[in-house]
Amino acid sequence: MADSGEATASGTPRRDFLNLVTAAFAAVGVGAVAWPFIASLEPARDVLALATLDVDLEPIAEGQAITVMWRGKPVFVRHRTAADIAAARAVTLAQLPDPQPDQARVQRDQWLVVIGVCTHLGCVPLGQRPTDAKGEFNGWFCPCHGSHYDTSGRIRRGPAPRNLEVPQYAFTSDTRIRIG
Amino acid sequence: MAIGLHDSDFKNPVVRWIDQRMPVFTLMQKEYGSFPTPRNFNYFWNFGALAMVNLMIMIATGVFLAMHYTPHTAYAFDSVDRIMRDVNFGWLIRYVHMNGAHMFFIVVFIHIWRGMYYGSYKAPRELLWILGVIIFLLMMATAFMGYVLPWGQMSFWGATVITNLFSAFPIVGDWIVSLLWGGFSVDNPTLNRFFALHYLLPFLIVGVVFLHVVALHITGSNNPLGVEPKGPKDTLPFHPYYTAKDSFGLVIYFIVFAALVFFAPNILGHAENNIPADPLVTPPHIVPEWYFLAFYAILRAVPDKLGGVLLMFGAIAVLFVLPWLDRSPVRSMRFRPMARIAFLLWTVSFFVLTYCGAMPADEPYVTISRFATAYYFAYFLVILPLLGRLEKPLPLPESISRAVLGGGGGPLPAGAAAKPMEKA
Amino acid sequence: MVRNTLKALAVIGGLLAASALPAAAAGPYVPIPDTRFSFDGIFGAFDRASAQRGFQVYKETCAACHGMRLLSYRHLRELGFTEQQVAAIASQFQVVDGPNDEGQMFERPARASDRFRSPFPNRQAARAANNGAYPVDLSIITKARAGGADYIYALLTGYQDPPPGVEMMEGMHYNRYFPGHMIAMARPLMPDQVTFADGTPATVENMARDVTTFLAWAAEPELEQRRAMGVKVILFLTVLAGLVYAVKRRIWADVH
Repeated sequence: MADSGEATASGTPRRDFLNLVTAAFAAVGVGAVAWPFIASLEPARDVLALATLDVDLEPIAEGQAITVMWRGKPVFVRHRTAADIAAARAVTLAQLPDPQPDQARVQRDQWLVVIGVCTHLGCVPLGQRPTDAKGEFNGWFCPCHGSHYDTSGRIRRGPAPRNLEVPQYAFTSDTRIRIG
Repeated sequence: MAIGLHDSDFKNPVVRWIDQRMPVFTLMQKEYGSFPTPRNFNYFWNFGALAMVNLMIMIATGVFLAMHYTPHTAYAFDSVDRIMRDVNFGWLIRYVHMNGAHMFFIVVFIHIWRGMYYGSYKAPRELLWILGVIIFLLMMATAFMGYVLPWGQMSFWGATVITNLFSAFPIVGDWIVSLLWGGFSVDNPTLNRFFALHYLLPFLIVGVVFLHVVALHITGSNNPLGVEPKGPKDTLPFHPYYTAKDSFGLVIYFIVFAALVFFAPNILGHAENNIPADPLVTPPHIVPEWYFLAFYAILRAVPDKLGGVLLMFGAIAVLFVLPWLDRSPVRSMRFRPMARIAFLLWTVSFFVLTYCGAMPADEPYVTISRFATAYYFAYFLVILPLLGRLEKPLPLPESISRAVLGGGGGPLPAGAAAKPMEKA
Repeated sequence: MVRNTLKALAVIGGLLAASALPAAAAGPYVPIPDTRFSFDGIFGAFDRASAQRGFQVYKETCAACHGMRLLSYRHLRELGFTEQQVAAIASQFQVVDGPNDEGQMFERPARASDRFRSPFPNRQAARAANNGAYPVDLSIITKARAGGADYIYALLTGYQDPPPGVEMMEGMHYNRYFPGHMIAMARPLMPDQVTFADGTPATVENMARDVTTFLAWAAEPELEQRRAMGVKVILFLTVLAGLVYAVKRRIWADVH
């Protein structure tokens, strides 16, 4: 008389329907329970709130560059010389692995702001200090796998696929920018 | 069958391939599919499964809380507040963990009560019972350390009071306390090691729970009549009968849990623990969480410090030897009218001790605690052993199926009464 | 038999639960009156206008001594302030930042992402400025006191002259609801000490209600979302319970 133990999946249609609805409800419940756990892994609100950084440009002399930390990553702020700007503008876009005009990468010609993380595998390229190797294009050189970036932070040679990323920033005055 | 492969009954090719090499599916089918289970369970038998689900919930929420918590005295309290305020759904995970501890003890207390009323601790289930008491001890240690982690006033002072107890032990007492503290008082080293151990112990609990279930599956479950199943007519396959019934109990349990978490998340806790720990300010009333109150009352009932500590631990230790103290051949208190009254009085004494544990250590609570403590121990050490010999039990039904289907079943023939605990 | 036993246990348990409240501190205990707040009950919510006024009361009166160091200015967005308003509020306060490139700490106007500025740099300074009494941090005060929001409101409105025969210690003030009745904090709320922009009269009761609403929000900002989720969860589980019970009864039909 007692069931032999097989699941009562087969049977009258009403039986199946009840089983199906119940199982569906339970599945929705399980999914609903999983969501808060996954969402808790996303950046918390205080982390999202610390997303901006103010940088004072006055101390940076022409030809100099500084590195600031923003969202845990280095950001290169370079005060470009006229020669740097001319060299960047003189490049034909077809030559570039990741074509982008220099004008599209800066808001004011003499200030270049890029995230200092190589787009290949994430090393921090050299070129910030006067004694650093700057690569063949006088920009930055990544020692990990030999990517060369130019004075606009664009990839010219090497395994990196894309130009150095330009973060969102805005001039809050002539001598201050807000990144993020 | 090829040599080295298990002879699997499963048809699905992927399932079969795995099962031939590691017969987990055969195992699940045997232990949770067709496993013969007494047909006459009441809803008290849901609570073991509820406890297991509760354990899983505590581990899941605990791991996710640990991703945001900092076990350092300067940061602990603030990190918990950050979880509540800034981490997405952090308040939910924290409240589930916090109230999950309360639910865990409610469920386990009822589970233990069931075991005591229906004689589930008697032969051949003594080891099953002992493993259960070990789980209970591990739970209490885990809960105690977990409560310290938010580093509130009660966290700090509760830790101070309870760790200080160990100095009552002669010769090694002070050394044990300094091992617990890692310093000269409850401080950062204490918090750090409590966090490490609080993370570890639940996994030990999982291991002992596994052994607990193994032991259960060797002897089979007890049932409300206390009469062992004699044949297939007395049992049902675990699936679908008890998977369905346990599922229903689980949903009801979730409703109670949800009511706490969403509408009264702080009702079982202490407001004082939302004040950051201050070693210079002692709260007016240091009170442990409700599930420790009875043992706390026993501790304070004894005027001597070592005596109180020994009696408090003794209150749990006596549970270990319960199978040998209660010698009655009848399992279920349904058929033991005198033991039933004694046990209900014991239940009342546990509630009384719980209440007294929350009160200040003044009269009349100290005197009441002493009477209740005396009864608590007398039940185990005096009443049960005596009743084992002196009580005249009610006539037992012949079998489960006779009792369930045959309208109550008649009394056993005279000869059979002498050994009513035959295994089928 | 077991059912009757269970009923008896439930009654006992209920009685114990009702009476096992934290014991009162020394001194005759005056029961805290139950105040109706907008956030009471299952469907209660924080009255945003009241909470904003309460923040003003906090800022202009309480913040002189009491910090709320666990809150950030950006949290005020939840009370209905716009991003510009929050930035404006924050910039009123100077916070310490640094070290700069010279290694010095410096002060700058607060931003939305900063924590609320504390009136004192540390507990010792707070005690020193207040005759040894520490003005407690108010970030989660309604959770940290038995009686919650009712207690805070009662405390703020509970200042009165000491009854005849009661001698006040120096520097202490009589409060009807503070445990022991002697509180180091002087009466914080006086009529009309704050001017509300929306014209609400600044009576002591109004200010106390508004600041209590603000403090209750600060302690439990998730309250509305928590209750709304709870309603949905329990409704869902009730339906699921019905379905699972039906399945269970059907499976057990041949046994019963």
